[in-house]
Amino acid sequence: MGRTEILIGGVGGQGVVLSGILLGTAASLYDGKQAVQTQSYSSELRGGSARAAVIISEERVTDPEVRRPDILILMAEDAVGRYLHKIKPRGLLAIDADLVKGVSEGDYEILSIPATSIADKEMNNIIVANLIILGALIKKTKLLSVESMEKAIETSVPKKAITLNLNAFRRGLEIIS
Amino acid sequence: MGEKRVRTGRYFMMGNVACAEGALAAGCEFAAGYPITPATEIANHLAEKLPQVGGAFFQMEDEISSIAAVIGASWAGKKAMTVTSGPGISLMLENIGFAIGVETPCVIVNVQRGAPTTGMPTIGIQGDMVQAKHGSHGDYEIIALCPSSPQEMFDHTVIAFNYAEKYRTPVFLLSDAFVGHMREEVVIPEAEKIETVCRNIPEPGTDPLKMKGFLDEDVAPMPIFGKGFKAHVTSSCHDEYGKRNLIDISALDKFVRRLSNKILKHKEEITLVERDYEDAEIVLVSYGGVSRAAAAAASQARKRGIPVGTLRLITVWPFPGEEIEKMARRAKQVIVLENNLGQVYPYIKAEAAHFAEVSFLPPRLVGEIQDPEDILRKIEEVSK
Repeated sequence: MGRTEILIGGVGGQGVVLSGILLGTAASLYDGKQAVQTQSYSSELRGGSARAAVIISEERVTDPEVRRPDILILMAEDAVGRYLHKIKPRGLLAIDADLVKGVSEGDYEILSIPATSIADKEMNNIIVANLIILGALIKKTKLLSVESMEKAIETSVPKKAITLNLNAFRRGLEIIS
Repeated sequence: MGEKRVRTGRYFMMGNVACAEGALAAGCEFAAGYPITPATEIANHLAEKLPQVGGAFFQMEDEISSIAAVIGASWAGKKAMTVTSGPGISLMLENIGFAIGVETPCVIVNVQRGAPTTGMPTIGIQGDMVQAKHGSHGDYEIIALCPSSPQEMFDHTVIAFNYAEKYRTPVFLLSDAFVGHMREEVVIPEAEKIETVCRNIPEPGTDPLKMKGFLDEDVAPMPIFGKGFKAHVTSSCHDEYGKRNLIDISALDKFVRRLSNKILKHKEEITLVERDYEDAEIVLVSYGGVSRAAAAAASQARKRGIPVGTLRLITVWPFPGEEIEKMARRAKQVIVLENNLGQVYPYIKAEAAHFAEVSFLPPRLVGEIQDPEDILRKIEEVSK
């Protein structure tokens, strides 16, 4: 695998940027790969648009901009119109099925996960819906090792939230059989 | 106190945090600023870390007082910096001119964002490139570095402090939201391996009336306060002793010329570029984050058999005209790439157009660095 581009679109407060950081940290520090993570968001702390982009590569990343994502993760309806047209042909589209309804069939594979309702019912906290999606994504694509992702979670999230995030990530792994 | 200044190790680190770590490694003792996206992470990190190493961070009431505090700290002998974005620089410009006029070492970080005016805070553009050179009134030279990665946010901040101290002048780090908010591997070396420079100060006991503390093209020793020196520091036209002179045109001439020459005389040792244009007929000239898209496009073009090279300006100011000329003499086509509508382009064209065809390729969307595929299309267009 040469270069994998991942784009994550959602709203502020969903952990969009954290998801990007976890993928980049796992790849760069624990999986022996190169990674670049970038981000943009509107000024509102919560509820505004948020976007994170990650490039994972075997070689040094020259162009740091995600152009045509191999993997597109959409966590809000608002992000569909903004980013769906960018996905690479035959790419993978992962959506939070509780929040994203308006996705039509296209030249991409859809990974539809009711992440928010699982997080709400089983974890009692919708804030870790992003980790459930990451778990499913890692299991499905084998983009990074589970161990690297778990190390990244342990070193990147606040101490008191490590268990919650690890549990959500592991629950995501179980979704894909 | 007791914390280490240099956090040696390998990290997946945000560019802005790497900048703050670079400042600490360079010996920064004082920083002042007013919060602004996309520069706030630098201020936050310095506010946390500086007090742990015996330094101080002041959050001021605005950007004007921030740069004023930095100038004051520098005259008290401290290595000092401020961090902001374009709107903050606009407010600081008068005092930046003051810092240049009285030869104050300091580092000014501009994490550029979508502009004009308050624009778009988290989108990086290279919109303030000429502002750094010409924003304040009068003729002056400035030094400005353009990092393209979190690693360079660290490395270039160290260089910026060293240049500021060595040439006794404000030095700009012209980053942008894209690079400032970018995370990538950052390796912080061991403290002993990081070269740091401290300004020259006069011999203790020097008679202040006999001390030439200003306007030396080879950089006068700085009569900082709190070390027993006395000095007259005035923004008005002054002589080598710092004495005001508001009537003799020859004094003004020296004031203007020597301040500029202090930088220009040392341009060769200040200038940093990356040249990769051996045998290239088409050369892509760029700086900052855009240079990474340029490198990607050049490598793809070479795979297709088109002789494309790159010239990357690391220091955009003082303008490295000699480097542009040297490159243009060997090239047939020069393509300039910036994440703006062509700010440094006229300067590059002025040096290169005598020897080669020069054109500009803006990004398709200002705020998103050029797509290597668009660059390749442009390369194919000019190579016909």
